[in-house]
Amino acid sequence: MDIQLKRGILDACVLAAIKNDDSYGYQIIKDMKPYLELSESTLYTILKRLETAEMLTVRSQEHDGRLRKYYHITEKGRARIEEFRRDFQEILSIYQFITREETENE
Amino acid sequence: MNKELFLQTLRERLSFLPQRDIEERISFYEEMIDDRIEEGLSEEEAVAAVGSVDDIVEQVMAEIPLSKLVVQKVKPKRSIRTWEIVLLILGFPVWFPLIIAFAAVMFSVWIVLWALVITVFAVGVSFVAGWISTLPVALYYVTRGSFAGAGSFLGAGMILAGLGILVFIGGKYFGKGVIIITKKYLLWIKSLFVGKEG
Repeated sequence: MDIQLKRGILDACVLAAIKNDDSYGYQIIKDMKPYLELSESTLYTILKRLETAEMLTVRSQEHDGRLRKYYHITEKGRARIEEFRRDFQEILSIYQFITREETENE
Repeated sequence: MNKELFLQTLRERLSFLPQRDIEERISFYEEMIDDRIEEGLSEEEAVAAVGSVDDIVEQVMAEIPLSKLVVQKVKPKRSIRTWEIVLLILGFPVWFPLIIAFAAVMFSVWIVLWALVITVFAVGVSFVAGWISTLPVALYYVTRGSFAGAGSFLGAGMILAGLGILVFIGGKYFGKGVIIITKKYLLWIKSLFVGKEG
């Protein structure tokens, strides 16, 4: 898959995982498991990228005597999900165009 | 491997990163392991689920740009003393050409690899050119009424065209192979700066 496209999908997935409630690393991996297998290293890279882009904020909160990092989506992050939705609509219509041609040729 | 050993090994292997970056990654993996243990996994299982140290280090290395790696590696752990700066400036005629030479060697290996690919394609192009050049000759023989001559040239042309196609197909796979080799090569150059242990 095109690396830029893949990156965009992964970003949107992680943002969607914290869309409704703040979440933490392992929870995000568990939430995404039915849809795609995400390694810890990959998730770290995505979270870092989204944090740098100010699409999410990070806070440490005590949990069971240890610190756990919670990720909170920002307005910019929500806008990114919206953007993904629009992009995907566009891709979907292109896809329909491509497959329609195929059936016409048959 | 238990959690303590895993994190310690990871910390050592990631020592080429900035200190703050290391701490952040370590605490990330520690949290991941703790969360799995909390869910009921044993310590060993939780560590295994997070992945191997080798894989993590390799991914980190693939992600960060070479320039950043070199800067980080070259950056001294303590502050530079005045006489060291003087030495650095005086030694410029020595170390600067060395760096240039190193970069030149790395670059030329890369060039050689691609030159090979270009050569293969050039051979393919010359086969095709050979095939095209047989066509007017064959036509000339036809105008002279010699169909045997025309036929032999057309046949020779077909052989050339066939060879050309084969070379192009081979060249395509060769090119793909070189791309993979180039990636591995870049990783290897990076590992020269990082130094592998264990």
